[in-house]
Amino acid sequence: MKQTNSPYRYLNGLRDGVPIGLGYLSVSFGFGITAVGQGLHILEALLISMTNLTSAGQVAGVTVMVAGGTVAMIVAEMILTQLIINLRYSLMGITLTQRLDSNCTTRHRLLMSFGMTDEIFALAASKPYPVGPSYFYGLMTAPYIGWAGGTLLGALAGQILPMSVRLALGIAIYAMFVAIVLPPMRRERGVLMVVAIAAGLSCLIRYLPFLQFISDGFSIIVCAIIASLVMAWLKPIEEKEGIGDDT
Amino acid sequence: MTLENLLYILVMALTTYLVRMIPFTVFRKKITSRFAKSFFYYIPYAVLAAMTIPAIFYSTGNVISAVAGLVVAVALAFFGKPLIVVAIAACLASFAVGLIPF
Repeated sequence: MKQTNSPYRYLNGLRDGVPIGLGYLSVSFGFGITAVGQGLHILEALLISMTNLTSAGQVAGVTVMVAGGTVAMIVAEMILTQLIINLRYSLMGITLTQRLDSNCTTRHRLLMSFGMTDEIFALAASKPYPVGPSYFYGLMTAPYIGWAGGTLLGALAGQILPMSVRLALGIAIYAMFVAIVLPPMRRERGVLMVVAIAAGLSCLIRYLPFLQFISDGFSIIVCAIIASLVMAWLKPIEEKEGIGDDT
Repeated sequence: MTLENLLYILVMALTTYLVRMIPFTVFRKKITSRFAKSFFYYIPYAVLAAMTIPAIFYSTGNVISAVAGLVVAVALAFFGKPLIVVAIAACLASFAVGLIPF
């Protein structure tokens, strides 16, 4: 793997992160509405978004907080839920270590890891050249602002936007995912197949009654690991090819 | 703001951060096995696929408007349109179809 300096600058990252930030704005708007609706203070909702930067984990976290119980019980439940739902970030972190340039020292990694979300990871990991701290910080900027800002707006003024608009905004983030995976799916049979397998498994876990016990966060890990293992076995990448593509 | 809630938020944030930080900071080896490289190559696409399907169908509270958004997103993404264009067009499609009373 290349140890050279990344060709991407802060501004490249900032630009790449804008669509993610806009997507987050609408998703976190929904989180803000939900959190306050469940009885949290506006500032609590904002604080959660500013310190966690993750959707599924936060929604589950609020559920745990408002469910009630002894303090020790809630703390234990909180640790367990966050561990399971966010375990995918560990896997993504290891994946991304393979795509970093030599400027990514421990100090930088401590800060960069805070911004490891599904979307930021997917963009950073699919760049054709290794990424460095500047690009990654640029990539984190708009999503962080969008996530915190959307939460605040949602918590403050959940009722301003008509329901029909709020509902339609819900698809933004998924449409973005489609836009990320479709071009490489067209080019590479391996990517096409891994997407098909992961999506198929995800549907099985969602719809088969005896698999309902698997939570949404955990389902993502299970599907992604199985699909990637199968494809790594069926269709290993060419040695000369780098990881990633020109998304 | 209650003191208990602040404690829970702190625990939530700390757990989430440690899960992200430890492997990312500690793991230093370059992976050389072809199988492992292939596995990590496929992971981001698999994660995106598993997050999107079937969740996208329930993202607008109406499966029909969601399918309309998905169709528009796939069509535009197929022709390599930028992420933000795809996202906005899908929202507009879902919004328009959502207005139709079925």
